[in-house]
Amino acid sequence: MRYSVFRLAAEALSGHRGWQPAWRDVAPKPFYDVVIVGGGGHGLATAYYLASRYGVRNIAVLEKSWIGSGNTGRNTTIIRSNYREAGNIPLYELSMQLWEGLEQDLNYNAMVSQRGIVNLFHSDSQRDAYARRGNMMRIHGVDAELLDEKGIRAHAPFLDFDNARFPIKGGLLQRRGGTVRHDAVAWGYARAADKFEVDIVQNCEVTGFVIEGGAVKAVETSRGRIVARKIGVAVAGNSSRLAAMAGFRLPIETCILQAMVTEGVKPLIPGVITFGAGHFYISQSDKGGLVFGGDIDAYKSYAQRGNLPVIEDVCEGGMAIMPMIGRLRVLRQWAGNVDMTMDGSPIIDFTPVQGLYLNGGWCYGGFKSIPGSGLTFAHLIANDTPHPAAAALTLNRFATGHVIDENGQGAQANLH
Amino acid sequence: MRITCPYCGEREAEEFSILGEVAGPRPQSDELEAFHAYVYLRDNPVGPTREYWYHASGCRRWLVVSRDTRDHAVLGVEFAKP
Repeated sequence: MRYSVFRLAAEALSGHRGWQPAWRDVAPKPFYDVVIVGGGGHGLATAYYLASRYGVRNIAVLEKSWIGSGNTGRNTTIIRSNYREAGNIPLYELSMQLWEGLEQDLNYNAMVSQRGIVNLFHSDSQRDAYARRGNMMRIHGVDAELLDEKGIRAHAPFLDFDNARFPIKGGLLQRRGGTVRHDAVAWGYARAADKFEVDIVQNCEVTGFVIEGGAVKAVETSRGRIVARKIGVAVAGNSSRLAAMAGFRLPIETCILQAMVTEGVKPLIPGVITFGAGHFYISQSDKGGLVFGGDIDAYKSYAQRGNLPVIEDVCEGGMAIMPMIGRLRVLRQWAGNVDMTMDGSPIIDFTPVQGLYLNGGWCYGGFKSIPGSGLTFAHLIANDTPHPAAAALTLNRFATGHVIDENGQGAQANLH
Repeated sequence: MRITCPYCGEREAEEFSILGEVAGPRPQSDELEAFHAYVYLRDNPVGPTREYWYHASGCRRWLVVSRDTRDHAVLGVEFAKP
């Protein structure tokens, strides 16, 4: 069933009785050509691009819970491609270009809204750093504008420009950045993949791999053994768990990232505003709630819930730069497990096990990269060669010294 | 989360800063693979784990804290160097 305004009108006139499920609820078959572990945005996008762009048939996506129940449903819905390192920019820009055509491609309203993202700076050295980042983006063909204080005043007049500790001197603006309805990304990819007869198997947890002679042959799941020629793992937050099942370790620590949303108010915040110096960023959802977050809880955790000190820190950052939000009430707060890599950049690569492919290490930047990640991971699985946009995101870059360290923090996962 | 420092007693976790998983011991040889594993690779387990924490707002000793990554329960604390 194709969604369109005509279809909507026809359904409205007939009492909405003609809608069909967006994807089939299937039991797993005993054999697939490709099995993708993880029914989040990355896994579903991978399956969709494998089927639609690379002509692979007989694909399954295995999800231990319901699709989009992990970080795809827990992020703050921001899309951007304002990265600095040459190894990262092509992937995020590929993602941005795919976002721009996503709804037509999937025939699904993902509410892609390019309202811009601005990173504030407060000192000469920070201005230099952002100017350099903007220049790197423009060298790679990505849009970036350096705004001075006047420009920021026109963009977001409600900020505290005379903050004693962090007076606002300007910001780096990417106009093509913005937000996307996160659940709709999972649902849209699932529906589009289902059209290519990808089996989306929910409530099917992978419990182990069958490995013979250094090559993966099958996955053991809570719903039985599934044989597959190739297996792609896209379970960021739990990558180390799956790697341990396959007998290798990863340069990853799993930490918690929290976010919050306030009660709904009229349109207030233009696009996304980040206050990196104060560990705070914010945007406004289409429903009106202010969605905001900040730093990770720096310790390892799989609990999918954080602790109050970070919430307090984030709210203090918000009050410092945007005092007007002080009267708003926080409605909800939640957390997700994120793969923090040792250089802060993701991994899309082969693994030491033949036939087993890894997509993970997304740190706190997984959502925005879903389309590009899916496409490049599909390319890797289908062709057994890296996609040019993800060629630098290798697993062995840590051994060879080719780390992609956006923040220059070194090998400490929780600082990225 | 509260951590019982062997020197200072039970304190809020904000008094401490965390370095990360105990990856040691540091390799004695200069073999590349061993150092790669030591610097970059982690067990990152679901369940009990050992981490370096620094009691910055207390005795300023380095500690090894054993914690459960499923529920944040602190299982034990000892000095990193006795």
